[in-house]
Amino acid sequence: MGKRVGMEVSIAAAEMVGLCDVDVIAAYPITPQTHIVEHLSELVADGHLDAEFIPVESEHSAMSTCVGAAAAGARTFTSTSSQGYALMAEICYIASSLRLPIVMAVVNRALSAPISIWNDHADLMMSRDTGWIQTVAENGQEVVDLLLHAFRVAEDHRVLLPAIVNLDGFTLSHMIEPVLLPDEDEVKRYLPPYRPRLRLDPEKPMTFGPVGMPEVYTEVKKAQDEAFKASYPVIVETWDEFAKVFGRRYRPVETYKSEDADVIILTMGSTSETAMTAVDKMRAEGKKVGLVRLRLWRPFPFDELYQALKGAGAVAVMDRAMGFSGGAGPVCTEVKACLYDRAFYPYIQNYVAGLGGRDITVENFEEIHDKLVASMKRGDPMGYEIINVRE
Amino acid sequence: MAKETGAVSWKELELGCTLVEAGSASKLKTGDWRSMRPVTDFDLCIKCGQCYIFCPDMVYSRNEEGYYIANYYYCKGCGICARECPKDAIKMVQEGD
Ligand code: SF4
Ligand code: SF4
Repeated sequence: MGKRVGMEVSIAAAEMVGLCDVDVIAAYPITPQTHIVEHLSELVADGHLDAEFIPVESEHSAMSTCVGAAAAGARTFTSTSSQGYALMAEICYIASSLRLPIVMAVVNRALSAPISIWNDHADLMMSRDTGWIQTVAENGQEVVDLLLHAFRVAEDHRVLLPAIVNLDGFTLSHMIEPVLLPDEDEVKRYLPPYRPRLRLDPEKPMTFGPVGMPEVYTEVKKAQDEAFKASYPVIVETWDEFAKVFGRRYRPVETYKSEDADVIILTMGSTSETAMTAVDKMRAEGKKVGLVRLRLWRPFPFDELYQALKGAGAVAVMDRAMGFSGGAGPVCTEVKACLYDRAFYPYIQNYVAGLGGRDITVENFEEIHDKLVASMKRGDPMGYEIINVRE
Repeated sequence: MAKETGAVSWKELELGCTLVEAGSASKLKTGDWRSMRPVTDFDLCIKCGQCYIFCPDMVYSRNEEGYYIANYYYCKGCGICARECPKDAIKMVQEGD
């Protein structure tokens, strides 16, 4: 049995990565990711973790180092946020195309300008289509559990894709929470040693990342897409196995009081916990409202989301980032596409909130609910708006 | 045949499009990009090997007499060898002439 400890979530995340017996960590510090890699460097320096900690001069180099290390057969971890993530993006595409099971914690933060070190999902959305598996944590326990799961699923030979665990900057990363950390034996039971399928080896030279002429590029992308889609059932299966070992069950889409709800609020990330409190309050007032949360962001859980929403009359989708499409925010765009494909057309409004560290309160969720019901009654066209903004 | 032209099915590709055989670039014919080709005047050549060292495509190889011979299967006609030869023994000649 593991032990229950009161710990800053970033520190717990680093401890978990250490328990996963990682071989190489390459990272550049950036707020609010700093505590994760700082603590990992301490674990290595103090001799608690037998790994290479490679301090680099930029996030571009951090991911490049991870690519090289993973190609050589190492279990590899990094972490970043916001601007650093943007700088890293070039190599993120390469990591997934080369099918390297690197694991990364992205501590979500707004993108400049203006400079903001605070939380929203702009960085998450910027890199949504890099070909990485992406989960989103709501609390400290989930950060720890999802990191362990990330190594397991990424390294599965049916998958071999890199994986990201997203966690909200400060509002989650810097919280001190009780977290159940597994012991080494439990981790070993769930996470076998990494066996690379192909690796760089001077005894048997091979080329990772050759030029793809027009004759072959399309085929490479088709193969990558097939692998990406095929990761979905393995993600679910390895979550089910996680439940057997640790007793905590995760699903691609999580629901809360949504089965009989007329109105469903849809969220992603740590704000979901506030939303649950808001749902409880509104339920006590007789409002038939429920909550649906996206746990798995990539690959997108189309069928599970449809199942979770199919009874709803109206859906309020919350986005924590601007979409700049001129239309809805990125989460809402995805939700609408999912439901359209399944010929289910509930009334949907999109609410953008919590940008650049602005709190999302219980009252904000009540406001969203009431706005949604009112605009549906009026027959307003479906659209999006930023809430909690001064006119 | 399909593999040599690069026209393979997505199902036949190795993981991550990795090339698991070493030296695969040696099969690539880069010589057909050339518009000019280097021609060595062996009467001027002092067998110094500069052309061999500077050629970015490893086109030159040393023969038994110690002269450096170009393999036009790879030569791109960049002209570096002609530029670097200390004896001006290499002339770039228009292809097709
Ligand atoms: S022209 Fe360029 S490619 Fe051709 S032999 Fe000379 S240096 Fe090599
Ligand atoms: S650089 Fe000129 S002189 Fe030297 S080996 Fe080549 S052709 Fe001969």
